[in-house]
Amino acid sequence: MSKTTDWDLYEVFVRSKRGLSHKHVGSVHAADGRMAIENARDLYTRRSEGESVWVIPAKQIIASDPAEGDALFGPASEKVYRHPTFYDIPDEVGKM
Amino acid sequence: MYTTDLRTAEEKARDAKLKMPTKEEGEAAFQARIDADEYIEPKDYMPEAYRKTLVRQMSQHAHSEIVGMLPEGSWVTRAPSLKRKIILTAKVQDEAGHGLYLYSAAETLGTSRETMLEQLHSGKAKYSTIFNYPTTSWADVCTIGWLVDGAAITNQIPLCRCSYGPYARAMIKVCKEESFHQRQGYEGLLEMMKGTDEQKRMVQDSFDRWFWPSLMMFGPPDSDSAHSSQNMAWKIKRFSNDELRQRFVDATVPQAEFLGIKLPEQIKWNEETKHYDFGELDWDEFWAVVKGDGACASNRMDARRKAIADGEWVREAATAYAEKQRAAVRAAE
Repeated sequence: MSKTTDWDLYEVFVRSKRGLSHKHVGSVHAADGRMAIENARDLYTRRSEGESVWVIPAKQIIASDPAEGDALFGPASEKVYRHPTFYDIPDEVGKM
Repeated sequence: MYTTDLRTAEEKARDAKLKMPTKEEGEAAFQARIDADEYIEPKDYMPEAYRKTLVRQMSQHAHSEIVGMLPEGSWVTRAPSLKRKIILTAKVQDEAGHGLYLYSAAETLGTSRETMLEQLHSGKAKYSTIFNYPTTSWADVCTIGWLVDGAAITNQIPLCRCSYGPYARAMIKVCKEESFHQRQGYEGLLEMMKGTDEQKRMVQDSFDRWFWPSLMMFGPPDSDSAHSSQNMAWKIKRFSNDELRQRFVDATVPQAEFLGIKLPEQIKWNEETKHYDFGELDWDEFWAVVKGDGACASNRMDARRKAIADGEWVREAATAYAEKQRAAVRAAE
């Protein structure tokens, strides 16, 4: 039996309608970018889920490491003063 | 993988020393996350057994979707009308899609698609035994939609909340699409039940052959189920095989009655439990089919191997074309 070797993996991002951003939906294998777009279209937009598709070679994505999660994102949770609800404004002032 | 690690080997070794949690710390944090109903994502720490269980379950699930195209596929050219033909084509295409969502999700755990497919074709990996039964009439296509997809939905809905993020997300897409599969099947049977005596007989015969195997799709009884308790603790499984099977029977019996199907005599409403009793299933048959005794087991794998072999020239051509394009881009630079 013939052997198959995986083509490159592409991550797929779909924009469901204009005005929204592209969202990650999954991945496809393809010989090249064009085929990745076509495979992504067949796989992820069979029910009008999108009007624009991005594919990106998975090996080109640089991602944060979950082990660094606290170091990267922890400090933000201590900065409550960045939120409007941190400040007390008298009701008489009205909506601000 | 979603997130490729681009650090050099040296950097990795340094980071590993600095950050690597001990096995105990890692497992405690992992279980705490699951207990808090949080999702596990691809690069998170996870016990090897969790990873292995998921790869096995998700690839089996993907294989079932792919092999599931075969019993129905042979009816595409024999559909009774153009309407039923385009519906069936769309359904079979969906099954391919479901297989690919699942392979894509399973790959995030570090097993290549190539490896998973080899395991299917070599017989090392299993797929749902239901697809080793033959489809001998058009009514079977409709019954598969109603019962087989119906049982699959019952199994898959709790998986939308499974602890592994990519699996849960794939299941949400699958469940949304699967509902059409069940409804088109039931509607097809409704139409046949309005037809001739011969059509009604086909529906009854089809139901009689598929009903018990569809109940076996939930797996062995809880008393014999090898993986249940650990999978519950990991929230890969949320309900036991017997619970899901009962849920399916309770939903299916009234639908069968509405169709006008004669149910097996073991099916009885139990006023005390408020469920339908259905007696004992033929587990010897189930295990025989698991071990490859199904009428179509070898046909299914032959069809898969043939598809791979017949498609080889297409893959070769596409690879050569892509390489040529890349060379042209390099030359222009």
